[in-house]
Amino acid sequence: MGINNFLNFKTGKMSNYELMVIFTPVLSEEDFKAAQKKYETLVVENGGSVTHTKPWGLKSLAYPIAKKTTGLYWVMEYSAPTSFNEKLKIQLLRDESAMRHMFTVLDKYAVEYNDRKRSGVQHFSSEKAGV
Amino acid sequence: MAKANEIKYLTAIKADNRPKKYCRFKKMGIRYVDYKDADFLKKFLNEQGKLLPRRLTGNSLKFQRKVSEAVKKARQMAILPYVTDLLK
Repeated sequence: MGINNFLNFKTGKMSNYELMVIFTPVLSEEDFKAAQKKYETLVVENGGSVTHTKPWGLKSLAYPIAKKTTGLYWVMEYSAPTSFNEKLKIQLLRDESAMRHMFTVLDKYAVEYNDRKRSGVQHFSSEKAGV
Repeated sequence: MAKANEIKYLTAIKADNRPKKYCRFKKMGIRYVDYKDADFLKKFLNEQGKLLPRRLTGNSLKFQRKVSEAVKKARQMAILPYVTDLLK
């Protein structure tokens, strides 16, 4: 893994990532949109490209975070140079409105899965693989 | 004199023939476990929100690992609870 990261850094190789952010529920509709826009432009400015974004909107949390029981969920898929995530992380930690965030590295199966889910084909995991 | 209901066997007879366990991921061809799909992940949790062992779910080690990672991610993002009662 370490050597891979090093090689990626040297060659500026892109990787696929997924970012999920929980924004504070007190955010207004415009502020929520502005925050999304901000991070999307940040990706593009740093030589990445946004594949897909999806705001889930207000969703109740499984347990309270920062004394809030709901949160505004937002998911972004993007590909960016491997060194970019650190910069994005700093921005997210500075952001008062972002309560929590998580990066996920997407392997080829994950990308395939997301593509299929987006194109409207219901993933067969949910129904068929019942206990 | 031996009675009819006192028949003894040398080996214990098999009470039931359980169907063989299988890994549902391998069988269904699922190759990515999505942490965002809470309903799907709940199949691998007990009522307290704890992960079920491989012994019960029949998952292969490869996918049990992926399930556990997905569940842990979902817990971090408050999609699934860490501790609860009556999850199902």
